[in-house]
Formats: sequence, C-alpha cells, structure tokens
Amino acid sequence: MNAILFDANECVGCKACVYACTSENELPDSDEDRLSDRRFTVLEEIDEDEEWYLRRMCMHCVDPSCASACPVGALKKTDLGPVVYDFDKCIGCRYCMVACPFNIPRYEWDSMTPRVRKCQMCRERVAEGKSTACAEACPTGATKFGERSALIAEAWQRIDSAPDAYARHVYGEKEAGGTCVLIIGPQGVMDALNPNIPDGPLPHRTWFVLSQIPAAVAVVGAGLVGVNWIIQRRMKLGDVTTTETREPTEGGAS
Amino acid sequence: MIAAKRLLDQPWRMIGWLCVVAGLYATYVRFTRGLGASTNLSDDFPWGLWVGFDVVCGVGLAAGGFTISAIVYIFRLEKYRPIARPAVLAAFVGYLMVVGGLLFDLGHPWRLWHPLVMWNHHSVMFEVSWCVTLYTIVLTLEVSSLVFERLRWLRANRRIHMIILPLTLAAVLLSMLHQSSLGSLFLLVPGRLHALWYSPLLPLHFFVSAMAVGCAMTIVESNLSARAFGRCVEADVLDGVARIAAALLGVYLVLRVGDLVVRGVITQLWPLNPAGLFFLAEILLGAAIPMVLFSMGRIRRNTKWLYHTGQLAVIGFVVGRLNVSVTGFEMTAGKTYIPAWTEFAVTAMLVTIGIKVFYLAAKHLPVFEEDHDASLRSRRWRAEMDQQAGSLPNASSVAPAGLLAPEEQVSNERFQPI
Repeated sequence: MNAILFDANECVGCKACVYACTSENELPDSDEDRLSDRRFTVLEEIDEDEEWYLRRMCMHCVDPSCASACPVGALKKTDLGPVVYDFDKCIGCRYCMVACPFNIPRYEWDSMTPRVRKCQMCRERVAEGKSTACAEACPTGATKFGERSALIAEAWQRIDSAPDAYARHVYGEKEAGGTCVLIIGPQGVMDALNPNIPDGPLPHRTWFVLSQIPAAVAVVGAGLVGVNWIIQRRMKLGDVTTTETREPTEGGAS
Repeated sequence: MIAAKRLLDQPWRMIGWLCVVAGLYATYVRFTRGLGASTNLSDDFPWGLWVGFDVVCGVGLAAGGFTISAIVYIFRLEKYRPIARPAVLAAFVGYLMVVGGLLFDLGHPWRLWHPLVMWNHHSVMFEVSWCVTLYTIVLTLEVSSLVFERLRWLRANRRIHMIILPLTLAAVLLSMLHQSSLGSLFLLVPGRLHALWYSPLLPLHFFVSAMAVGCAMTIVESNLSARAFGRCVEADVLDGVARIAAALLGVYLVLRVGDLVVRGVITQLWPLNPAGLFFLAEILLGAAIPMVLFSMGRIRRNTKWLYHTGQLAVIGFVVGRLNVSVTGFEMTAGKTYIPAWTEFAVTAMLVTIGIKVFYLAAKHLPVFEEDHDASLRSRRWRAEMDQQAGSLPNASSVAPAGLLAPEEQVSNERFQPI
C-alpha cells in the first residue's frame, strides 16, 4: 500500500507541493491558506521564527471512516492506497464529512451539482506507478512517496538518528487504525495535529452494531410472533370459556 | 377583505400561511442557488437543522405509529385500538415530512434512490435509508386501508386486514432498526461528538427515547385532534399511554444517566458549562420532569395537564436530538452554527404542511372511532356489506357478525379497524 511521508524538519515552506497539487488537479489559483473545495492541500505555518510548516491533506486512512459511512459507496479505499471519490454515485448526504475524524472532506456549497472535494492521492499517477505530484515537486524530500511499511521504517530511522530534533511519534502509524499519510517533526509541529483520534479503526464501531442486525431481527421477530400467538390463543380460549359460562346463565334466566 | 378578516381572526391560520409563503421563497432559493445560499452549513458543520430536526427528530416523533400499533395488533391490548389509526396516520405524515426534508438537504435530491441500487452494507446511512424506505411503504399500506374503507373498496380493504399482523411486525422490526440506527450514525465520530452525548449505547438510547416520545406525541396529537374536530379526548386510553410513557422514560433515564456514571463522564457537568446546561435541559425537560408528571394520577386524569406534559416531553426530546446532531459537535469544535432563516422557514413550512395533511386526512378518512361507527350505520354501507357477504363464501370470517345481524347489534360490534 502506497503512502506519503511528511517530515516537518525537512520542509522549507516553499509551497511547491501546493502549486503542484493545484496544477495536477486543475484547481483555480487562490491564496487560501485553509483546505477548501479548491485546495486539496495547504502548508500551514506553525512557527515563523523556527520556520516550522505542516502539510494538511486527506490522511488516506487504511480503514477510512468516510468510505464506511458512504451509503452508496461513492468513497472507496483502493488497494494502491488512495481513498477515492466517485461523483456519479454521490447523493450529497455529507455523512462522510461528519464521519471523517480529521475533518478533511470539503463541499462545493455554492454549486447546484455539489461535489465532495479532497485529495485523491493522484489516483491516476499512482495507478501508473508514478509518485504523487506533491512528492515529485518537493525539492527537499520533506514529502516522500513510497510503500507504507518502508516509509514507517524510514520515519523511525530519521527519528532515532536525530532524537533531539524529532518528537518520538509517527503520526498516522496508529491513529484511526493507521493512515497512508505519515507525519514526523519537532514537538511544536506535532502539537498542532489533532490528538483526539482513537487508535483503533473507527468503522469497527458501527460495524459492530450493524453486524448484530440479522440476529436482533430474528430474536425480536420470533419473540413478537410468539407473544402474539400466545395472546391470540388465550383470547380465543377466553372467548370460549365466557360463551360456555354465559350460555347456561342466560338459559337459566329465561 | 373578508378573507383577510378571516385570517386575522384566526392567528394560527395566518401563522401557517406565513410559514408556507416564507418556506416557498426559501425553497426557491435552495433549488436555484444551492445549499450555500440557503443555509448556514459549512465544511465545519455539514449537518444542521434540516438533518437535526427534520430527519433525526422527525423520525423519532413519528415513533408513536409503530409503538401503538405494536401494543394493539401484537400485544392485543384492545383498549388502545381507538388511537391506533390516528397514530399510524401521524407516523405516515411524519415520514412524508422526513422524506421532504431529505429532498431539501441532499446535495443531489434526484439521486434519492441511489442507496437502493448502489449498496454499501457497511454504512449505517445505507441501512437507515433502506429501513425508512421500507417502513414508508408499510405505512402507506396501513394508511391505504383507510382510503379503501372510505371508498368502500371492500376486497382491497380485506386484503390489507389479512396482512395487518405481518405489516405490524415489519413496522416494529424496521422501526427498531432505523430508530436505533439514527443513533448508530454517530458511533463513527468519537472524536467529534462531546462525551456527554457520545456513547456506545447511542443506538439503545435512541430507540427507547423514540418509543417514549412516540407515546408523548400520541397524547399531544389526540388532544389537538379533539380540539380541531370537537371530539372528546380518549381520557382512559391516554391515561394508559401516559403510564407506558412514564415507564419508558424511566428506563431511558436509567440507561442514559447510568451510562454517564459508568463511563465517568458525569463529572463534566460540574462546574456548570454550556454543554452541561444543554444536557440538563434535555434530561430534565425531556425525561425526568415528564416521567414524574406522567406517573402522577392527578396529572393523568387532568386532560389539560396531560397535554402540557406531553408537549414538555416532545420539546425535551427535540432538544436532546439536536444536542446529538448539532450542539454536541459545536461543543468539541468550539465553533457555532446558527441556522439561516431560510432553514427555519423550510422546516416551519414542512411542519405546517404536515399538520394540514393530517387534518385533511383525519377529516375525510375514517380515522377516529366515531367516523367508524357513523360509516357502519350508514344504510348504503350496510347494504353493500350484506351483498359482499352473500357473494363471498368466507366473508363472515372477515365481516363482523354484527353487520349481518339486526340493527341494535351494530353499535356494539365494529368492523375490524386498522
């Protein structure tokens, strides 16, 4: 599975990745510094003096919440790594946007045929065996494209070789069950990443409930049918007894 | 002039018209300029009033339909039969409104059918859309019986009566699934929903509170119809419904508060903070106070108080559902979302249309007991029944004996109502 490693200590803030992304995805030029329906990645300045920068983009979870949330399967995790979006299926319920733990998907609010917009990890390029546009454009190797397990090993190697410069954390190794975007850097940069992401894959939580449905339907259904049968039968028997007891009384009265 | 005076004399009528006019304008904005122009939704708040109220609350408030019909047709508590039809009709109208709300909220409303063809069985939303679709069909079949009866299409009516038990069973199972699944939707967002509302028990909370508010809605709706049609409130029946509501609210309170205690989240209530206040509002208005009031005989016997308690439970329920779908997200995001006026206008329009449709249906269809007896007593009806009974060998099992017997029995026996 392919992945992207971002090393904040190597990044010089040139924004070559942002420009490459814009032209690769044919997005309009703009100076927006936050993710939007026209920006799939941004370079956020964390500390001006230290020249610390952080890339924001879709994390391409190994087990993505958005893909599990989508009722029509418009979002899918591909074997190669990218989490991709099929506009022709999308109904626009926006559950993917609610579901994403990293708050990444953006919506074309002003369009009459709105699309969900996010980084697709250059799906065509990756399918051709090329690296993503951002990784190719990066002059310092701060953004590196490669096999996920190899990149995790390399990330730890970089951390171990300069323990003072890096926080001992590969963001994305375990978060939300693992992601295909891995981030390392000094503590100051790592603090800017969302710490409230549980380690396990989130879709397991809904699947746990969904997988109980057949059993629940069978048990409750059988229970209701049984209860109804007993009640009906008792009512019928009750009717018989009342008529039986009533008839002699009526006869006696007349 | 006269029309204007009539409007001024009836403030509710005027408010209704205002809602519809404003709603129509908002509809125009929504379908010509898109969601951005017609809502305050944003990438931080992709779901707002339309999902939070029209769908999440709407489905819950319509829960009276399956709760009461289960009590009557499965548990055979005959006492509640008079309110089964109004409850099913209210649920049907409620689900039509939910579908209406969805058409506004979906980015591509014309693709509403996609989940039926493009499957992702890992998605809670997929399951909800299937269940809501199937349950709306079940409700349509149940309500069609009223139309058949009104039109005197006896054969069609009889067919519905024959499948009433399987229909009710389907209604209960489908409702159980999607009422709880509305809660499961939020199981996916542990990091984004405030801990006071995120719980592994969300599906159970949603299911139990929906049944409880279904009972409360039935009480409210019975009182409103009694007023609108100058009928008597079914005091004895509603007394029982209130008891059931009290029991369900009790179960809900134990589940909800117990869950907070077990998870150790209850400490977040103190010192008082906005999230805690919203939670207290939901728990006190929607569960604790109505539970106490519903369990007091004095309240249950007083029609007016019972009505107000029902209203309180409904309001508290709405606060609770909005807490899960909107407030709980605001609290963690540290950002606020206040619906645009157009969002309120569309919601108000849908509610107004819903009330009007219920009123018209109740007026023209045999929904209440009296209509029933009245239609039974009509000579033409009885003649037709006799004819049908004569032509069909098995008719006596379907048509009650009273219809074929002398006149005095007619008032005691009723045609088996749905």
